[in-house]
Amino acid sequence: MEITESYYLVLSALLFTIGAVGLLVRRNPLVMFMCVELMLNAVNLTFVTFARELNDVSGMVTVFFVLVVAAAEVVVGLGIIVAIMRRRPGSTADDLSVLAG
Amino acid sequence: MELFVFAVCALIVLGGAIGVISFPNPVHAALSLVATLFGVAVLFVAQEAHFLAAVQVIVYAGAIVILFLFVIMLLGVDRSETIGVEPIAGQRPLAVLAAGGVLAGVLVALLLGTDSVTGATATDALRVIDPTDADYRQIGRLLFTDYILAFELTAILLTIAVVGAVMLSRRDTGEIVDVDSYVREAPTAPKLRRSTASDEAAPGDDAAAEEVDA
Repeated sequence: MEITESYYLVLSALLFTIGAVGLLVRRNPLVMFMCVELMLNAVNLTFVTFARELNDVSGMVTVFFVLVVAAAEVVVGLGIIVAIMRRRPGSTADDLSVLAG
Repeated sequence: MELFVFAVCALIVLGGAIGVISFPNPVHAALSLVATLFGVAVLFVAQEAHFLAAVQVIVYAGAIVILFLFVIMLLGVDRSETIGVEPIAGQRPLAVLAAGGVLAGVLVALLLGTDSVTGATATDALRVIDPTDADYRQIGRLLFTDYILAFELTAILLTIAVVGAVMLSRRDTGEIVDVDSYVREAPTAPKLRRSTASDEAAPGDDAAAEEVDA
């Protein structure tokens, strides 16, 4: 049985879906960030699969950029979370409702 | 052989992903994120993207997950989240429905479409994958020619991110804000009472927050 690119694409679709469910369901901002990482990884897997299928190096270069952006996003996002948690320990994503003025 | 590798890695990837969204403790979620990242790295190797697999392990598992664990330990939020209660009625079925809709759309486009992408392979000599050459050499060659502007922009992005992280993590002298008491007791802010319904729905969260404040 031959593994085709469809296997990889279906797997990354499932991974993206699991990440999306986690992002919508969980309330801890750290875990929500991890779910964003899952979705980014699903897209990276898609890029590598298409790079091999279409015989094109550009897909791998794009994965490189996604990695850089993900690292920058995590640094800034975790900085914001630390700043919020210091002022208000134990806060969750539900506390955004306080912003409704 | 590739089928065996794919099956094992797919199980690790999906199991780790389900672990991330279902473990109540953030530390356990971060550790199952490591399993998922390693599975994806092995799938990169299976598709002959060796450089990206190495970068995946070094950057994601080595730096990002460690940063997550560091923040978890720094903030002391490694206690379990109350996963049993549903903060908004019907949130979880709606979330599963929305994500299932996205998945169904993607799968239909992928499996039933005659040709979901154009199927055109690369023609530019710089972009065609040369199986006799190392992949990091080809990536680097493309990165420093066609993608040089994007490469410079990511350098600026990383600099801004470092400056932003330093600015955000400076310790300011403000008081610790207890939002729960503010919402319930402040009579001058009647509009904030809107959120009392969700407070009743998640009693465990309030108890945990007060415990930390005390």
